[in-house]
Amino acid sequence: MSQTYDTIIIGAGIVGSMMARYLSQYKLDILLIEKEADVGMGTSAANSAIVHAGYDALPGTNKAITNTLAAGMWPRLSQELGIPYARCGDYVVATSDADMDVLESLLERGQINGVPDMAIINGEEMRRREPLIRPDTVGALWVPSGAIGDPFAATIAAAENAVMNGVDLKRSTAFEDFLMEGDRITGVHTNQGDFHSRWVVNAAGLYADDVMHKAGVRPEFKIRPRRGEYVILDKADFQLTNPTVIFPTPTEKGKGILLASTLHGNVIVGPNANFVDSKENTAVTRAGLQEIWSGGSTLVPGINRKHIIAEFAGLRATGNAPTPNPAIDYNQDFIIEIPEEVQGLVNLGGIESPGFTAAPALALMVIDLLKEAGEVLEEKADWNPVRVPRPVFRHLSKDEQAALVASDPAYGRIVCRCETVTEGEILAEIHAPIPADTYDAIKRRTWLGTGRCQGGFDMPRMVQILSDELGIPPEAVTKKGEGSQFLYRPTKQVEEDHLSVEALI
Amino acid sequence: MKTSYDVIIIGSGPGGLAAAIAARENGAEDVLMIERDIELGGILVQCIHNGFGLELFNEDMPGPTYAQHFIEKARDSGVETLMDTMVLEITPERMIYAINKSSGYITLSARSIVLAMGCRERTRAQIMLPGSRPAGVYTAGTAQRFVNVEGYMPGKKFIILGSGDIGMIMARRLTIEGARVERVLEILPYLSGLTRNYVQCLLDYGITLQKQRTVSRIYGNDRVEAIEAVSVDEKWNPIPGTQEVIPCDTLLLSVGLIPENELSKKAGVLLDPITNGPYVDDRFMTNVPGIFAAGNVVHVYDLVDWVTEAGYVAGKGAAQFAQAEKVEPEALIPLKAGDNIRYVVPHKLDKERLAEALVRLQMRVTTPIEERVLVTVENQRGEVIARRGEPYARPGEILTMAIKPDTYQAVQDASELTVNVRQR
Repeated sequence: MSQTYDTIIIGAGIVGSMMARYLSQYKLDILLIEKEADVGMGTSAANSAIVHAGYDALPGTNKAITNTLAAGMWPRLSQELGIPYARCGDYVVATSDADMDVLESLLERGQINGVPDMAIINGEEMRRREPLIRPDTVGALWVPSGAIGDPFAATIAAAENAVMNGVDLKRSTAFEDFLMEGDRITGVHTNQGDFHSRWVVNAAGLYADDVMHKAGVRPEFKIRPRRGEYVILDKADFQLTNPTVIFPTPTEKGKGILLASTLHGNVIVGPNANFVDSKENTAVTRAGLQEIWSGGSTLVPGINRKHIIAEFAGLRATGNAPTPNPAIDYNQDFIIEIPEEVQGLVNLGGIESPGFTAAPALALMVIDLLKEAGEVLEEKADWNPVRVPRPVFRHLSKDEQAALVASDPAYGRIVCRCETVTEGEILAEIHAPIPADTYDAIKRRTWLGTGRCQGGFDMPRMVQILSDELGIPPEAVTKKGEGSQFLYRPTKQVEEDHLSVEALI
Repeated sequence: MKTSYDVIIIGSGPGGLAAAIAARENGAEDVLMIERDIELGGILVQCIHNGFGLELFNEDMPGPTYAQHFIEKARDSGVETLMDTMVLEITPERMIYAINKSSGYITLSARSIVLAMGCRERTRAQIMLPGSRPAGVYTAGTAQRFVNVEGYMPGKKFIILGSGDIGMIMARRLTIEGARVERVLEILPYLSGLTRNYVQCLLDYGITLQKQRTVSRIYGNDRVEAIEAVSVDEKWNPIPGTQEVIPCDTLLLSVGLIPENELSKKAGVLLDPITNGPYVDDRFMTNVPGIFAAGNVVHVYDLVDWVTEAGYVAGKGAAQFAQAEKVEPEALIPLKAGDNIRYVVPHKLDKERLAEALVRLQMRVTTPIEERVLVTVENQRGEVIARRGEPYARPGEILTMAIKPDTYQAVQDASELTVNVRQR
């Protein structure tokens, strides 16, 4: 089978999905491929969910440029895509004179990067704003433009908006190699067949190095997966005084272990940062959990282990690419380029933090690169940038809930009791433009199973709903794609199995 | 549809059923039971093993049979039910907001409420279990529902972490269904469930239990492929060199139950941080007047018979509250956990009510004593009000004793009572 596109995007994480969404405004045939069973299952599914203001990145780097540009795009973008976003501001907390010096340099860096309205406040003011903060706080950097986002919703909404605007999305479709004619890329070879195109965008996240090496580009570039572990606290048991993000003073090791409010109402604690051997190693570890708990409880001493309801780990795609500007001595920058070695490749790489924040800006920069390369991008008259969000039962008033159930009885059955997720919301996601066809896909879209019982209550019900709606037996329902089935066989088949074994003997 | 009731009961498990029946028997006219599932009976529906009814009926029944007895009794006594209905909120003024598919959004008011939401299982995250996050990690109760209600096997080769009752019962159940249970691991130096379940579910089926051993890592990205087991010291620190990787496709967790009190909290009900259930008096009323609590929502029982008994007490109290013109003055004194007692329920008792009926105490001990013990209830001067001998005291098994009406005189000058468990 062979199909021809103008552009193929490899990887439907936040970067690939935003790319598809922004490119869909032009008259282009676009294919977005994803090796996993759903969009946004890699790094996009496991990070701090922060829309960074932009004071952290070294001025002049691709990280700084895209971060600052994107920070200004998110308010409108979240409106258009119908996704949660809150500009709650963030703090970097200092506990020594040396820390205060670091805050001064962060302030200066932020001002160069164009971050608005930052201020340094004293310890007393910080304790007034957040009484739970560590008592030895001597000061803090206050960044009002810091924000929190929802990487699951953002990735899914961007991909869905792309699909609404004509992009083909193929999940469970893994890139294997490029199709080449001389030094010109003509498409990709995947586990689902070949697809032809004039352009291929490498948005492969953790695997971006492998993808570019297949094209002979940047053989020296290497991604080392750097794991960050997190815990989530029960929203009923612990809240910050006001929703915000609290960082410790950064060290040469990184931004440090933070506490952040999330748009789902829980507080998140993490991450640490440890290199691991495998790009699939998202295991949480005993030592790692101790490390983040120690960091988090130092920053905000009132948190209690009994309030932990979830743990997870994500991998950052940490690269080793120097900044394009030779005057800047930095070797961990984003790659955003159309390389000269081959024709037809748009190459992204090393997209770690602030990658979630920067994703829409990366898309705009790629559009500029394509234009510079002579691609004539003609806007579609009927491009619809607006994705209308589907109802979220728990966010509605009593009257709105009553009206919703009256209009569709499926909203009257609660399937997830901890997070109050209704059957109506689940059915809407199963039959959405990008059908949610695994348990985790439903979870990321509706927040089912994320609460204090962690799916114990909803799981049997959810398996039944997926089985009914997809028309597959319950044994075929998966957590996150082929190989992750929940059930093995019906009960009472054991006698038959024994019989067949005896027959063989 | 009626919107105001004398007594509304949230949940139709053994505690809720008994409370509903008792409310009717004690004069409440309009009694409504709200159940989130499509059948009455709560968790008993999936408990197809026997062991129910020994205390109350001197009969050994499976869970559904036990439940059916009370379901029929409730129906016969005119208890109304709302099925497949989730309560969203309860207010201190005893308004109840609920929702279902047939009636939509429902607003109800009650003169009194009985909370009977039961408990939920402690999860993997709450015990901070390291490793990957594949399919094939289930709480024992979820696996029990898959097998006994849905009719599907969630795996072939199991490791069970925790020697809680559901875990041991599932070890037997899965074995009968043709699965292999490699091992049951318990981090404590003693059993956390009932000894009878150890004998009938593990010993009788040749399933190995290893104490002071836990899971230190889960392997497998899509589905569980193996777990790493490790021995631990008294402080639960892993002992180096004792690791063993055991191939399996499923890990069941039976590591404790937590009373389900999210609705209670919203209604202003105060919780005991040790039991995770409401502070209750001897008729199971919480700190919020007119809101009662029955069964595992108060603390986790190990015998359903005692849940039923508690439900009767709570239902009677709720009926009396619903009919009372004004709340009677009370002579409440605190009931405190003394030597080797982790908690005692109820937290308070009314000295006057003791004239009418006995008060059943339920206690858990802090550390095991494997020889004869004496349980005593003492007043503030250390004078013994009631005593009871037991062959042993184990944290996994609730101790129960009654303060009987014949102690009425003896408790009249008590300002508090303390329960102790000591070696004889």
